[in-house]
Amino acid sequence: MAYPANYRYSKEHEWIEAKGDAATIGITDYAQQELGDVVFVELPAVGTKLTTGKTFGSVESVKAVSEIYAPASGEIVSANGELQNKPETINSDPHGAGWLVKMKLANPAELNGLMDAAAYEKYIEEKKKEASA
Amino acid sequence: MESVNSPANSTLRKTPLNALHRRLDAKMVNFGGWDMPVEYPSSGGLVAEHKAVRNNVGVFDVSHMGDIRIHGAKHPGGALQAVQHLTMNDASKLAFGQAQYSAMLYPQGTFVDDVIVHRLREDDYLLVINAGTREKDVQWVKNNTAKFNCVVDNLSDSYTQLAIQGPKAVEVLRKLTDADLDAVKNYWFTHGTVCGLKNTLIARTGYTGEDGFEIYIPSDIATSERVWDAVIEAGKEFGIVSCGLGARNTLRLESKMALYEHEISDTINVWEAGLERYCKMDKGDFVGRAALEKARADGLKRTLVGLEMVDRGIARDGYRCFDENGKALGVVTSGSPSPTLCKNIALAYVPPAFAEIGTPIYVEIRTQKCKAQVVPTPFYKRLRKATAK
Repeated sequence: MAYPANYRYSKEHEWIEAKGDAATIGITDYAQQELGDVVFVELPAVGTKLTTGKTFGSVESVKAVSEIYAPASGEIVSANGELQNKPETINSDPHGAGWLVKMKLANPAELNGLMDAAAYEKYIEEKKKEASA
Repeated sequence: MESVNSPANSTLRKTPLNALHRRLDAKMVNFGGWDMPVEYPSSGGLVAEHKAVRNNVGVFDVSHMGDIRIHGAKHPGGALQAVQHLTMNDASKLAFGQAQYSAMLYPQGTFVDDVIVHRLREDDYLLVINAGTREKDVQWVKNNTAKFNCVVDNLSDSYTQLAIQGPKAVEVLRKLTDADLDAVKNYWFTHGTVCGLKNTLIARTGYTGEDGFEIYIPSDIATSERVWDAVIEAGKEFGIVSCGLGARNTLRLESKMALYEHEISDTINVWEAGLERYCKMDKGDFVGRAALEKARADGLKRTLVGLEMVDRGIARDGYRCFDENGKALGVVTSGSPSPTLCKNIALAYVPPAFAEIGTPIYVEIRTQKCKAQVVPTPFYKRLRKATAK
């Protein structure tokens, strides 16, 4: 799966897409592959303030709970309600319909500190090499 | 998001099939110090593997488990005496070719390990033990049988052990062996030629709650891979998939089978774990018997119950349990979504007063207390076909 060129990516395998101060956040294709079939998603309420680097929810497979870390700071304006009944959307469309939250960014410039698609792809290649060394 | 897979060049122990699992691109994890497959993306992952075992057939590499043989030395009967002393079930009731679920206990009546005892022949027993407790168990057996006339062999590295499990398991194995599998009942075993390997132990045992077999073959890599591939090939027409420890765990949890360090441990006794059926207090003395007698008289302080989540949320190993007033009751020993039941289930220790079916129990999931209720166990029981024999 391709990594959208206009998204930015965190080391914790979250993606963020921003238009001005309106951002959408999800987990990457690499993350959903590592996790396996998603069975449960816990997302914050509208109005919750996110702090960069802090956990704001979790995505669970049968086997594991994975915390999600805020790639940037801001305030939640909506959470993807579809994921309650169809958490598997995160597996089938992690960069699109599997989005987790929409947020009003506190500081859009924060995204400059994140990886672009090329850098992220290199990052996960190295991760894959480590795993099969 | 954290990555949980273990790298290949780690210092974890490996079964003979380790390279094969990695060639199959299995997701590998550390289980009790072993580098083991947790699931195979090529099988479709954990849920697909779980369903394959319930509906068709799956194959597991369980070579990490251990094997201890106790056999008579100069005077026959020494091995039986040793096994009777060491374990809580009554091994004297075993016929040749019969096995029983049992456990080795500490003097306090708590668990060293659970074990399947196989009676190979006159005064010759094979104990199959857990992976994480191999060395501890071997030492325990040697220390506690020194006074008996028997020989203890640690055969753990001699075998590759494959578990072929599911309603179609017998059909798969039938294609690979000359043994009469229909004559082998549940918890019995035989020896036969499997994939050309003579005198292979074939046991109708397993850890999934389905019909199935465990076969014990020579542990060299070439033989191990050859037999695994033959099982997969024979199983293709039945929809066989490779299965990892993730599915192994969800399958055994649904069937309420204990896992060491979870439902049983060195701080939990036989009555608390609900395993009295396998504990024959009248068979004679055994390690832990006196403490169990006393514990029985003192009464149960906690008991193992099955839980089903009512609120949204997944109860997992180690999560704490509370009553509706916030009083701490105990802890979840094992918890997971159940692929067969499509519910979130768990086993937990609670005081006996909270063990009645329907009792609300609140499980602390991260910062929230989520409602669950006590349900009957096992959560899943396979339909046994009436055999017209």
